Amino acid sequence: MRKKLKISHLYLIVVFLILYTPIFYLIYYSFNSSGTMHHFEGFTLDWYKEVFADTRLLIIVLNTIVIALFSAAISTIIGVFGALAIYYAKRKQIKNALLTLNNVLIVSPDVIIGASFLILFTIVGIQLGFTSVLLSHIAFSVPIVVLMVLPKLQEMSPTLVDAARDLGANSWDVLTKVILPYITPGIFAGFFMALTYSLDDFAVTFFVTGNGFSTLSVEIYSRARQGISLSINALSTLLFLFTITLVIGYYFITQRSQRSSAVGGRK
Amino acid sequence: MKKLIQLFTVVFVSAFALLYVTSYLNSSEGYSGKNTLTVYNWGDYIDPDLIKKFEKETGIKVIYQTFDSNEAMMTKIAQGGTTFDVAVPSEYAISKMKEEGLLLPIDHSKLPNLKYIDPRFLNLSFDPGNKYSIPYFWGTVGIVYNPEMLGGKKITSWNDLWDPNLKNQILLVDGAREIMGMALNSLHYSLNDTNKAHLQEAKRKLDALTPNIKAIVGDEIKMLLANEEAAVGIVWSGDAAEIMSENEKLDYVIPKEGTNLWFDNMVIPKTAKNIEGAHQFINFMLDPKNAAQNAEYVGYSTPNAKALEYLPKEIVEDERFYPSDELAEKLEVYENLGKKMLAYYNELFLEFKMHKK
Amino acid sequence: MSGTTKNYSRYLYAIPYASWMLLFVIAPIILIFYYSFFDIEGHLTLDNYKRFLTPVYLRMTISSFWYAFLITAFSLLIAYPTAYLLTKTKHKQLWLLLIILPTWVNLLLKVYAFLGIFGTYGLVNAFFETIGIGTKQLLFTDFSFVFVSVYIFIPFMILPIFNALEKLNPSLVDAAQDLGASSWTTFRRVIFPLTLDGVKAGCQAVFIPSLSLFMITRLIAGNRVITLGTAVEQHFLVTQDWGMGATIAVFLIIAMALIMIVTGNRKWGVKQ
Repeated sequence: MRKKLKISHLYLIVVFLILYTPIFYLIYYSFNSSGTMHHFEGFTLDWYKEVFADTRLLIIVLNTIVIALFSAAISTIIGVFGALAIYYAKRKQIKNALLTLNNVLIVSPDVIIGASFLILFTIVGIQLGFTSVLLSHIAFSVPIVVLMVLPKLQEMSPTLVDAARDLGANSWDVLTKVILPYITPGIFAGFFMALTYSLDDFAVTFFVTGNGFSTLSVEIYSRARQGISLSINALSTLLFLFTITLVIGYYFITQRSQRSSAVGGRK
Repeated sequence: MKKLIQLFTVVFVSAFALLYVTSYLNSSEGYSGKNTLTVYNWGDYIDPDLIKKFEKETGIKVIYQTFDSNEAMMTKIAQGGTTFDVAVPSEYAISKMKEEGLLLPIDHSKLPNLKYIDPRFLNLSFDPGNKYSIPYFWGTVGIVYNPEMLGGKKITSWNDLWDPNLKNQILLVDGAREIMGMALNSLHYSLNDTNKAHLQEAKRKLDALTPNIKAIVGDEIKMLLANEEAAVGIVWSGDAAEIMSENEKLDYVIPKEGTNLWFDNMVIPKTAKNIEGAHQFINFMLDPKNAAQNAEYVGYSTPNAKALEYLPKEIVEDERFYPSDELAEKLEVYENLGKKMLAYYNELFLEFKMHKK
Repeated sequence: MSGTTKNYSRYLYAIPYASWMLLFVIAPIILIFYYSFFDIEGHLTLDNYKRFLTPVYLRMTISSFWYAFLITAFSLLIAYPTAYLLTKTKHKQLWLLLIILPTWVNLLLKVYAFLGIFGTYGLVNAFFETIGIGTKQLLFTDFSFVFVSVYIFIPFMILPIFNALEKLNPSLVDAAQDLGASSWTTFRRVIFPLTLDGVKAGCQAVFIPSLSLFMITRLIAGNRVITLGTAVEQHFLVTQDWGMGATIAVFLIIAMALIMIVTGNRKWGVKQ
């Protein structure tokens, strides 16, 4: 048993190592004085200084975060309602049809999504910029939220809802007191996936952005023409360290608050 | 439920706070003011110091946006919804944009510096009389190679690439016109050839090159060549200059069969709001000193005859980047072949890419 | 089970979702279908569909499916044990977050890092050199393409499997073991079937986007691998042959719908 545990740990270590190798690679070269991601010459902090001196880059980073937060939150709300709608659909065919339509955006190549959204915004008359980017990010994040929430709904036993109804709960109560608490883990997963999609997206944003509005991935792409400048590495390092602190900090804070109020907890 | 409400409150509050910070930064930097000029250019295709200088001289705040292909740029401009005041398309895109009415005529009386442009680069077939476009940079397509990795062997022509010793050594740039053009040139056809038999022949010739090809890539070709991932690359001249400044072992050659001569040009798209400012900007870039500074930064060849005086001698006299008149005779400008022919080029290029080793 | 008023309120909260679907799913699909009937010069035609049935595009389709299959299979092979072992760790939610975290670093940057790692003078080859294997070409090979794709998609496979394992009732596993089943039998007969939904969700989340990969086909595979996604991108951005691009997109949408229906039906069948 002990030996088995060790092998399993080794396996996880290898997986994590591979997942993080490219990131450490980027971080390592952000201190390289020679200016390329090859041949480490000497240690420097110049790239970090460059990042802090560049207000436009800062604006772009903030844009990216604002778009990610808004789109993740709004698409989570829409997505939860969508999952409920699919869950409540009575006929199997309707369920399947809805689910298929839901997944169209996940499977369509980004370029098509970008191009068709661009046409759409033109028809509707929306100026390209913050609004168009936000709307697109919400649009492509909704289906992933649905996919994250739906399994939680399905595993919820229908008797739970019926029991609540029998006890005189109205629809609102059933939603907020029974269903939502039950599917909270799914909602969180959906929110984080939406955040991921938004932060990662390049192609769709590239199409629908305009009037000086830019996000980090679009900026990186256009700077990549000259070979990526190491100030981008430095910036990514900073963002990465920031998020990892945030994630770990958040985790331990919620752990503690959960433990202190654990007795009456969900489970 | 409490957890959910917590999450959403935190998210919305921080998002709004950040939004406020961004709009504050935007206005303090002048990006959201009235007096702005949006320049739509290739990534890293201008010396940022020149933008600062222009802003200082005119008081206009420049918003610099980038595109990665002529097609992406045209799509954006055609769809409207944006206000680009100046754009920098390549010559074949200009004839297309002209046809589709995407360009505004340029008022030459507002461009006193136009006189510095070498007449060789004016009044070309894609825009007679330069009604809509002003040359920005020009260059060629050629071969970058690493003599050391080839054991001192020299490359002088397109046909040298078919040498079996170059197995798995060639990087191609991912462009249908460039690569089909190279094959056509190697067969001594024009790179604007529309004879389908010739094009098929060129495609078969390319198929024969597959064992030598390591990869067909985009802008990363510069990094790959500088890092000696491959010995030979087909690139644009400006990229070549950049690669050579990073790795001095490399050399660039304009193949003797002839090749493509291309131009990037400044235009005013129909979406422009600040037309006056756009003219000011174009005139500013035509100033010989500015043009020279820009050419030194970007590494491409400037069409500005007067600017050559401000450039270091070794750049101006380098025939690889400022070819002699004799060699220039053999260079061809891409013509707009029409959508159908272009689609045929692309189809053949796609088939070539799918040709297995 | 309920009266009309309750049904009505149900529809009410579906409004945001319904309008999303109408605007961003159905409208674009209609647009794409519409475009697929026009050739490059704007004439109404069925040529695009004829062209899709030529050997070039059929071969491309087959190779896209083959690579998508490889990517999915390897992702599953690596993700399942990872997810399983993660559920056994102490701070499993934290570890899961740490699995997702790398996806927040810009994709293009990570791909560039891989260019360095797999390069002739890169990290991996330096390692090969020291252990005596010697330098190998890694970039622009099928291996590196599949590896990087798996790298990109693996969090999307781990997540649903992890969730499925989480909701697995541990008493079932205990019961199986009490009845004398070996670890392998327990896994094959109890754990795996009960987490099949998660596996399916993960496979869908990986297989379908793999069909339309682009960018890394150029950066990592050097255009040695041409997927349907690459072709769509080319047609929309380079050739400007939106008709042909739309036709391939129509095919991708149909393929996706088929995959969903085939795998979806069974799922609902089990449940009901």
